[in-house]
Amino acid sequence: MVQHVRVKRLGIALLLLVGSVLTIFPFLWMVSTSLKPAAEIYNLSLIPDAPTLANYGRLFKQAPYFQWFLNSFLVATGTTLSVAFLDSLVGYILAKVEFRGRNLVFFLILSSIMIPTEMLIIPWYVGSVKLGITDSYLGVAFPGLITAFGIFLMRQFMAGLPNDLLDAGRMDGLGEFGLFWRIALPNVRPALAALCIFTFLGNWNAFLWPVIVIDSPAMRTLPVGLALFSYDNFNQYELVMAGAAIAVIPVLIVFAIFQKQIIKGITLTGLK
Amino acid sequence: MAVARSQPAPAPGKKPAMRGSTLFRARARWAWLMLSLPLLFFLVVRLLPTLYAMRMSFYDWKILAETHPWVGLANYVKLFKDPNFLQSLRNTFVYVLVGVPLQLALGLVVALAIQSVNRFQGLYRFLYFLPYVTSSIAVGWVWRWMLQEHGGLVNEVLHVFGIPAQKFLGSPTQAIYCIIMAIVWQGLGFSMVIFLAGLEAVPTSFYEAAALDGASAWARFRYITLPLINPTIVFSGIVGTIRYLQVFSEVYSMSSQGAGGPLGSTKTLVLFIYEEAFKSFKMGYASAATVVLFLIIMLLTLLQSRVITRRVEY
Repeated sequence: MVQHVRVKRLGIALLLLVGSVLTIFPFLWMVSTSLKPAAEIYNLSLIPDAPTLANYGRLFKQAPYFQWFLNSFLVATGTTLSVAFLDSLVGYILAKVEFRGRNLVFFLILSSIMIPTEMLIIPWYVGSVKLGITDSYLGVAFPGLITAFGIFLMRQFMAGLPNDLLDAGRMDGLGEFGLFWRIALPNVRPALAALCIFTFLGNWNAFLWPVIVIDSPAMRTLPVGLALFSYDNFNQYELVMAGAAIAVIPVLIVFAIFQKQIIKGITLTGLK
Repeated sequence: MAVARSQPAPAPGKKPAMRGSTLFRARARWAWLMLSLPLLFFLVVRLLPTLYAMRMSFYDWKILAETHPWVGLANYVKLFKDPNFLQSLRNTFVYVLVGVPLQLALGLVVALAIQSVNRFQGLYRFLYFLPYVTSSIAVGWVWRWMLQEHGGLVNEVLHVFGIPAQKFLGSPTQAIYCIIMAIVWQGLGFSMVIFLAGLEAVPTSFYEAAALDGASAWARFRYITLPLINPTIVFSGIVGTIRYLQVFSEVYSMSSQGAGGPLGSTKTLVLFIYEEAFKSFKMGYASAATVVLFLIIMLLTLLQSRVITRRVEY
């Protein structure tokens, strides 16, 4: 009986192992191709015979990849800072400050979750053209500066803070903003970390709105740059894979570092 | 949503900020001051554009035109006669009907498997979740490379088993399933994490009792696990459906020139909207299509909120 259970466990572990190798294989193949000289890419070995970084060099010469990387980084960082501050502030107010109309405000914000981005992009574009902010960082970033989802998340966590904690802060002479900044915010740090990572990744990978609002090659974010560059060089897969690796590998590193917070964040937000 | 009412009652003997008191009014003023900018944002960036899109759908609205004549329901009538729209609507349903069950089933299987092994759980969870955090444009091109008809890795592997080379993304019948496979590969880890959390909430005493009664593994799954994680399944199903209704960048990177081919066989609703609005600049017409998408998603969101407020207790 014990033997039987052990064999079954081993079988399951083996299947999991095969599945996880298959899951990460595309990433290995991407890196492998990106390190192969053009003549070698149809060679099926995973380890290149003559590994080279030349594709990356050509990539940076042929297209402003560094600029695109920087653009993605700036947009994602700016949006994340804005979301971290504004979503937690609104979440705190909706959870801990009593005022008439609070539930209405919350309902209004929450109901915007069901509006699909696809419906907004056309009016956003028309408005951006009128205001002359297409093809700018502001144009790319403005739709994500505050998120209903983040407010909802932070409100959940702020509501869990004991009121005594805030009262103690008030006794110590903190003002309304001080209560939020010095007491509430530091006490929801895990939730804030999850929100920041999600926002950063979401904006780093964002495609639909950036591809619409960006015109000039110098303003492209990585996914937009990569998509258009790849069409121009679609038969040079060693180059395309190097480009893909530049977009993917930093994210994999961030994920490896923060995986606990990310997975916990999904569990908390997904189920509540 | 019970949190809305979970404000702890003020401790007896302490004076809470009473309505009408100076402190209450000062705090309310501060709250409105801080909320003014965010509320303006929601008004200008979410609410008004929604109404504006609805309004545009009743006009012949082209971005370069001087005037935008009112056309009533003509855009909607035209939509449901447009073979392009109908094809992308049909395709979108294929994405949902094939992709969602596949992603949920695989996510649940992996979650159950991870739960049953006692070593490296964290590592497996990490590896299966990895694709979820990466750019769909980037991984779309990786799949494109692996699925290439001549010299692509997958066909080379099939060749070893004596299977002739497949067209994959070049075939009007296979391409959509290739793209669905790539999306499932990316989303599987998300479903897995949700299911792992759902499984953790099932009390182990139930399984112990069932094991004492001699219930088989299948019986335990069918009569304990499945009913208890049903809310998780419904939640994942609805979230997944909304996600698959909005497929765009995967098709953009995996079809030739991002056009949703071959022969429109992979074109989704969102790709149709993108092309009509930003390639043909028929924004009124495209807006009508976004309203159709909005109605479908709203229906599902309302369904979801009904389902998740009705959580089971055990």
